[in-house]
Amino acid sequence: MGELAIEVYDLHKSYGPLEALSGVSFDVRRGEVFGLLGPNGAGKTTTVEILEGYRRRTGGEVRVLGHDPAARERALQERVGIVLQDAGSYYPRLTVREAVEHMAHAYPAPRDPAETIELVGLEGRAGARSNQLSGGQRRRLDLALALVGDPELVFLDEPTTGFDPAARRGAWEVVRSLRGLGKTVLLTTHYLDEAQALADRVAIVKDGRLVAEGPPADLAPSSAGYRVSYVSNGQRVEHQTADPTDLLHRLTGDALARGERLEGLEVMRPTLEDVYLELTAEGDREGR
Amino acid sequence: MSYVGLAWQQFRLERKLFWRNPSAAFFSFVLPLVLLLLVASVFADDADELDLLIPGIAGMSVMATTFNAMAFNLTFLREQGILKRVRGTPTPAVSYFAGFLGNAVANAAVQVGLVVVIGHLLYDVSWPRDWPALVAFTAVGVVTFGSLGIALSHAIPNFDSAAAYVNAVFLPAIFISGVFYSSDSLPPALAAVAEALPLKHVIDGFSGAIVTGAGVIENAGALVVVALWGAAGLALAVRGFRWE
Repeated sequence: MGELAIEVYDLHKSYGPLEALSGVSFDVRRGEVFGLLGPNGAGKTTTVEILEGYRRRTGGEVRVLGHDPAARERALQERVGIVLQDAGSYYPRLTVREAVEHMAHAYPAPRDPAETIELVGLEGRAGARSNQLSGGQRRRLDLALALVGDPELVFLDEPTTGFDPAARRGAWEVVRSLRGLGKTVLLTTHYLDEAQALADRVAIVKDGRLVAEGPPADLAPSSAGYRVSYVSNGQRVEHQTADPTDLLHRLTGDALARGERLEGLEVMRPTLEDVYLELTAEGDREGR
Repeated sequence: MSYVGLAWQQFRLERKLFWRNPSAAFFSFVLPLVLLLLVASVFADDADELDLLIPGIAGMSVMATTFNAMAFNLTFLREQGILKRVRGTPTPAVSYFAGFLGNAVANAAVQVGLVVVIGHLLYDVSWPRDWPALVAFTAVGVVTFGSLGIALSHAIPNFDSAAAYVNAVFLPAIFISGVFYSSDSLPPALAAVAEALPLKHVIDGFSGAIVTGAGVIENAGALVVVALWGAAGLALAVRGFRWE
């Protein structure tokens, strides 16, 4: 078994004349949290659903844990956990405990259901039926159902959409604990802070193509650069520069020469948000 | 877990869910019995009418527990995304559907049994005279109405409209197929429609099995009509099947 959990090469998907994916390539390493980031309709879910075996690709090569997911082999599905994007509640009249216990039967070496419920923080609601859960709790049940088979690879398609901030932090902790357990995670999100907080590497998808890929910290924008700002005469002055070393040297040198302090001096690295906004800006103008 | 083991787990889950769903339990289980008791109490002294009613309610029960239940449940499972989830797990489709369909078969068998027992104990209708025919018509009826219900679910756009689609078929079918009165008394055009549909033939088969003692051989024609509908239903059920 190789180092790569997922290999995607030149992936194409068309729905009739409409091309949803036009040549997407990326790899996900074992034990890595990989984020697919992009606006709605960019092709994130199409990509993930091809990897999950729900959809057939129209071109390109895909391997998931060494298998072709289109073959829908049981041997592969036993090693994969799936959280779907927009799933309604799992059997509404089943309790959390019953649902997780039922799902465990499908896997050769499941986790302990009670422990899985605890992992997602639902131990206080184990006896509640899923139609009595809040939206956030229901999503955590989805996660428990995906994890009870003790999968090596977990697909999380927009796992926190619609969450309040506290619930999102809770879900993030669960994803971090998955990484701690050595799982590989493929996560889609349109929240930048989520990708930045969770993903080891990020790929930005737009109009069916990858427009950038790398660790969130390394995705340097081409035009937007470091922002250096300070307060002068009660007003904040901001400079942008690709290399702050020289600028800072000049600013501090001048200030020292004048015998002044540079009040409120800040140096900000470009955030993923800057990259994202720059890369996806064109699509916004087209009114997507 | 083996294919059979997973089917058994699914079957047990479906049984549990059935009893937790008040409307399913009511329409598949309570309503046919209530209709039986109400109509039978009106004709309690009319042995001929009771001999007609007991097989009629048995046939209606088979349709309600399979056709109606499949159409409702599959529409719900698809709309709710539960079918899609199942497809994303290692549970083989054949195990899942064996458990799911097994639940409907169990409901139909229990219901036919209850109707026969109530008919005998309360209304003095004889015990079935031809058991193989009773079993054969129950089995073929279950397969036929079950697959037709699955086929209908492909045409139902959403769960809210499921009741309209199901009852648009079910209510006329039970009124023209001789559940409550003999379909011989229908206008010829309606009788011809009933003759072409499967429910009347299931009821004729039950009538032979329970009342007159006509077995599978004597009612072979009826069995063939039901089986032909079953073949068409199976083809449509498989063909149009969608997981999401």
